[in-house]
Amino acid sequence: MEMIAYLIPVALFLGIAGLIGFLWSVRSGQYEDLDGAAWRILDDEDDKPRPD
Amino acid sequence: MTVTTADIDLGCPSGLAPASEDRAGALEAFVKRQEGRSTLLLLVRGTKCGGCLSKIEKAAQALPGVESARLNLSTGKMRIDWSGPLSADDIGATISGLGYGVSAFSEDASATYEHKRERDLLISMGVAGFGMANIMLLSVSVWGGHGEMGDATRQVLHGISGLIALPVVAWSGRHFFGSAWSVLRHGRANMDVPISLALILAFSVSVWETVHHGPHAYFDACVMLLFFLLIGRFLDARLQRQAHAAAHELAALQSASVNTIDTTGAVRAVPAVEVAQGDLVLLSPGERAVVDLRILSGTSEVDESLVNGESLPRRTGPGDTLFAGTVNLGQPLQGNALGAADTSLLSEIGRMLEAGEQRRSAYRRIADRAVGLYVPFVHSAAALAALSWWLLGAGPAQAVMIAVTTLIITCPCALALAAPVAQVVAAGRLFKRGVYLRSGDALERLAEVDHVVFDKTGTLSIGAPQLDTLLSLNGDLIATGFDSVSTGFDNRFALLYQAAKLARASRHPLSRAIVAAAGPGPFVEGISETPGCGLEAEIDGDKCRLGSAEWVGVEHSQTILGPQLWFVCGDSEPVCFRFVDRVQDDAFAAIERLKMRGLSVEILSGDQAGAVSDMATRLGIARWQAGATPQDKVVRLELLRDEGRKVLMVGDGLNDAGALAMAHAALAPGGAMDVSQSASDAVYGGGLKSIEFVIDISQSARRVMRQNFGLAALYNVFAVPIAVAGLVTPLIAAIAMSASSLVVTLNALRIRGKG
Repeated sequence: MEMIAYLIPVALFLGIAGLIGFLWSVRSGQYEDLDGAAWRILDDEDDKPRPD
Repeated sequence: MTVTTADIDLGCPSGLAPASEDRAGALEAFVKRQEGRSTLLLLVRGTKCGGCLSKIEKAAQALPGVESARLNLSTGKMRIDWSGPLSADDIGATISGLGYGVSAFSEDASATYEHKRERDLLISMGVAGFGMANIMLLSVSVWGGHGEMGDATRQVLHGISGLIALPVVAWSGRHFFGSAWSVLRHGRANMDVPISLALILAFSVSVWETVHHGPHAYFDACVMLLFFLLIGRFLDARLQRQAHAAAHELAALQSASVNTIDTTGAVRAVPAVEVAQGDLVLLSPGERAVVDLRILSGTSEVDESLVNGESLPRRTGPGDTLFAGTVNLGQPLQGNALGAADTSLLSEIGRMLEAGEQRRSAYRRIADRAVGLYVPFVHSAAALAALSWWLLGAGPAQAVMIAVTTLIITCPCALALAAPVAQVVAAGRLFKRGVYLRSGDALERLAEVDHVVFDKTGTLSIGAPQLDTLLSLNGDLIATGFDSVSTGFDNRFALLYQAAKLARASRHPLSRAIVAAAGPGPFVEGISETPGCGLEAEIDGDKCRLGSAEWVGVEHSQTILGPQLWFVCGDSEPVCFRFVDRVQDDAFAAIERLKMRGLSVEILSGDQAGAVSDMATRLGIARWQAGATPQDKVVRLELLRDEGRKVLMVGDGLNDAGALAMAHAALAPGGAMDVSQSASDAVYGGGLKSIEFVIDISQSARRVMRQNFGLAALYNVFAVPIAVAGLVTPLIAAIAMSASSLVVTLNALRIRGKG
């Protein structure tokens, strides 16, 4: 039973990591242009990082 | 004017939107400068595919000094950062040179607010989803260990659940608490009041249970309720924001500058809002008028298709009035402003759009009506249950518990999902067939229509002149059937090829129709264009002219009517090309089908009576009105509304925008003006037959929404007695809530399968 003392924090940590990833993706505007993103991935020449 | 090349590569490479012929106005006034870096926000119109995206971004990045250029394909907004002496007007000219409409874009407060709200809802939804998943993990072990789990373990698990739930409810629930509090202060109630009540009570009761070592904590139900409600809220906000783009895009059209001439004769660019009545204004070739003008000097041809739907250019001279939205095609014009920009036709239409939007927001949706029934029913049931248990001798704690479980289990999550899910599925179904839905509640209004009003030009007809016949001087037929010309060389069409060599140098719509019929080919050097008359050049040593009857030396013939171009080469006899605005191929069939559904049909056009009655007869439409101004169109729609008709307006021009906004429901074809598209509920591609499809889908969406509310009601018929009888445990609440949401969602998915 002592296992849950580790497992619950581990589960929560993984959940929080996922949540932080989601918040980051929203805040950095990755849902702003869903149409454009779908096309950009097909564009071979668009290989420069986004200057920001 | 000298030569321009044949421009086949202009506009969207996928052909989803026609190339824009607007030239960008002065943008210099809208640049933001900071420490040597300049930033410009633009609204680019006519971008539809990835080809547009890379074409525009690459062209902008190739300009000297540009550090980044990024276009948002979903919204058409573009941000360009650069350093150095590059002029904003050059950027505008580069992009408009690719065949896209460009205007300066200024972030407006309400749009920014809506955007922020949508993002907040998405984040809140994510937080609630996280909370739900983790609490459920703990709850499942509590339920699974029922009977075996020790009291202390259960309390620890409940405690951890509570610790997760507290920040989640406080953070994600603030949308509901804030709105409920603000209406309660004004002594009113909305849907957020019972939601907030259920959330707060469920949480407090769970805390009380945890502290007192009780077996039932409702943290999972509480957060799950929040998650489902936020899904509905988010879908709603997203569809709504798309609808609100209307007035905004119109404002972008107006955020141009105007060239005024001061008393010393110097030309100065001022923002359109600063123009006052009586100012002397210079309208350069290619420029769009932003204020209404009376011409003082200069003659030119102007394109008024935006204003009145007339597809052919009009000749104007001193004394004529030009309305805002008109494009000057030929020579510079000078005129007096007839009013400030905010009294122009464009802003008049803007006000109509606003009025229409207000009226639509007052529309009472099925969801609103369902909520009106739900709230009093559930609350009195909960109150009665608590009262009767207390009277029957239960303790106050138990009585409150019964009331709370009633509120939780009858939670409105199925109710909150019933409409948005059906709307999203229907929108996806429409999208696959090339119909883009602009607002969710539009489906309900589209499903109700019983009368369809069509605009003519660009909606029922193709909207651009098509070459019809080639006639001799006295009106005899030389050739017809030009559809097949471009497939191979044909001797009968030799004259057409000669004329096309001249026509390729001109932007005039009739010249373009000739080029379209002749296909790609060469053009001759040294072409000169005289505005209002025509083109002139030498072909193989012969002087050739293409233009009006007077231009080729023919008395204006009475036998040949309609739009025409005359062509003469050397000493040969002049010939006449005649044009028609052809009816869309599927117009007849589409209108027949609409009539078969029991809808009445009429035409409301700004074009001349002859053209309109001709089209009405051909399509079998009994009612038509010609020469209608934008205001006339609105008046006609008001009249139909007073008669109790639910009107569907279909139109494409700026002159239709007001009528589109005032109609019960509105559709615009994909080639329509952006403003008209924004004023509509949906934009359709794939021809007029799509209209019937839209009505079909919206009617099945309405049916599914009604079924969903029926299912939610049925669910409560079972859930309320169980709760009132005091039989609800957290496990039952969780299963019942997710089951009802699932049933509603699955029912909505049926829309996808049909047709």
